[in-house]
Amino acid sequence: MITIRNLTKSFACSTLTCDSNRVLDNLDLVVPDGQATVIIGRSGCGKSVLLKHIMGILKPDSGEILIDGHDITKLKASELNQERKRFGMLFQGAALFDSLTVGENVGFSLREHSNLSEGEIEEIVREKLELVGLGDVEDLRPAELSGGMKKRVALARAIAMDPEIVLYDEPTTGVDPITADIINSLILSLQERLKVTSLIVTHDMQSAYKIADRIAMLYKGRIIEIGSGEEIRNTANPIVRQFISGASQGPITEN
Amino acid sequence: MLQILGRRTVSALTYLGEISILFAQTLSLALRPPWRGKNLLSEMVNVGLLSLPVVIITGAFTGMVLALQSYYVLHKMTLETVIGGLVNLSLAKELGPVLTALMLAGRVGAAITAQVGTMKVTEQIDALQSLAVNPVKYLVVPRFLACLILLPILTIYTVFIGMLGGYIASVKMMGINATFYLSIALERVAPHDILNGLIKALFFGMIIGIIACHKGLTARGGAEGVGRATTGSVVTSCILILIANFFITIALEIVNL
Repeated sequence: MITIRNLTKSFACSTLTCDSNRVLDNLDLVVPDGQATVIIGRSGCGKSVLLKHIMGILKPDSGEILIDGHDITKLKASELNQERKRFGMLFQGAALFDSLTVGENVGFSLREHSNLSEGEIEEIVREKLELVGLGDVEDLRPAELSGGMKKRVALARAIAMDPEIVLYDEPTTGVDPITADIINSLILSLQERLKVTSLIVTHDMQSAYKIADRIAMLYKGRIIEIGSGEEIRNTANPIVRQFISGASQGPITEN
Repeated sequence: MLQILGRRTVSALTYLGEISILFAQTLSLALRPPWRGKNLLSEMVNVGLLSLPVVIITGAFTGMVLALQSYYVLHKMTLETVIGGLVNLSLAKELGPVLTALMLAGRVGAAITAQVGTMKVTEQIDALQSLAVNPVKYLVVPRFLACLILLPILTIYTVFIGMLGGYIASVKMMGINATFYLSIALERVAPHDILNGLIKALFFGMIIGIIACHKGLTARGGAEGVGRATTGSVVTSCILILIANFFITIALEIVNL
């Protein structure tokens, strides 16, 4: 279980005129085990920043992030790396290593962290690629893949070490609707097959309704509403209503 | 005005602090296993082998020009016999290491910053971290070591080719007696002069490696940001090399090397 308490993060501004820019403001969130929690919110509202805090890539100004009771914001680099092996993360732009082949990308963490033989690693790589619906792409370079394939390879890489928790940063952004639906199905099937805890950040409502056990809306650095897909769909909160209906008029304005 | 000055000072100090932290991390991680021989080797090919043409051209033409200019001046005083010593000494102690470092800052430093910077802005550095791999260990250490090891070696090339160029310009073009030239040329350059140049090259290698990696790791803002970081990397390295050269020269003089 991931418990986030009072998480606050500001970024310094480069210009003289503006004060610091508070992206997360005393954010509280609980992500239960074995469920898919979806965080929705506008672009640039701090969703990715939140994920990067959970991975320990960014350090908060204040607040804590408890993973099964341990506060990962207080860990040393070596302990943090130990903790990260329980995680997999799918990045928005796939973030495949473009100097390595697809096979090397998927097998990266196995080669770094396990004592498996080359043959065993190749076996796992093939199995994970199959799981995301790709076959025979091991020797290609990431540059030779389409956007949707990149995301699927990145997903295979994220689950190579059989993580307990998988974080998805806008998994369906930038792919066509059919690929988006394939990715949604993949997330769901991983959820069922591997019993992972999923945390998905998105602004694609169709995707959110399809995969979420619970949906949370992030607005102005806080979670303003949380509930099942049905509850979110029928919410009375005008901010959430405007967001899910995609209206330009309403309480949400620019900035 | 004061506010701008204050901010500049703070940002300069922050920069210095960041560089020092990265430098310390790199050194401590370089000494600890696991060592990535394969990564180091491929970086050494990048830094070393592919830089040879640049180094050869730099050395040859610098040596020849140095000899020609010295000849024009010294000929009037009929002192042309000392050209060999002058050329070789300047190459070994100053021009060899400094010019090699400046060329490599452009050739290798820029390439490192562009590559690491691209990895940064496309979230590949974050991806490394998410896969529980330390980016400093994985990316910075092999590049830093490659620069550190290869700069002295490439400097030897520059110096040697430069000496050859000086010889050709003086003896073959200007008709100075070969025996004369060589006797002075070799007598004037002691092993410690060469060592002096190599120590400088070692420091320049560290400067190029650390600055290039730091600029890459802190790049942001897409392709434009990577471009800015790359330019910054070359300019900062070159300036630091020139300044460091002055202080290392003094330091080496004090310890009498």
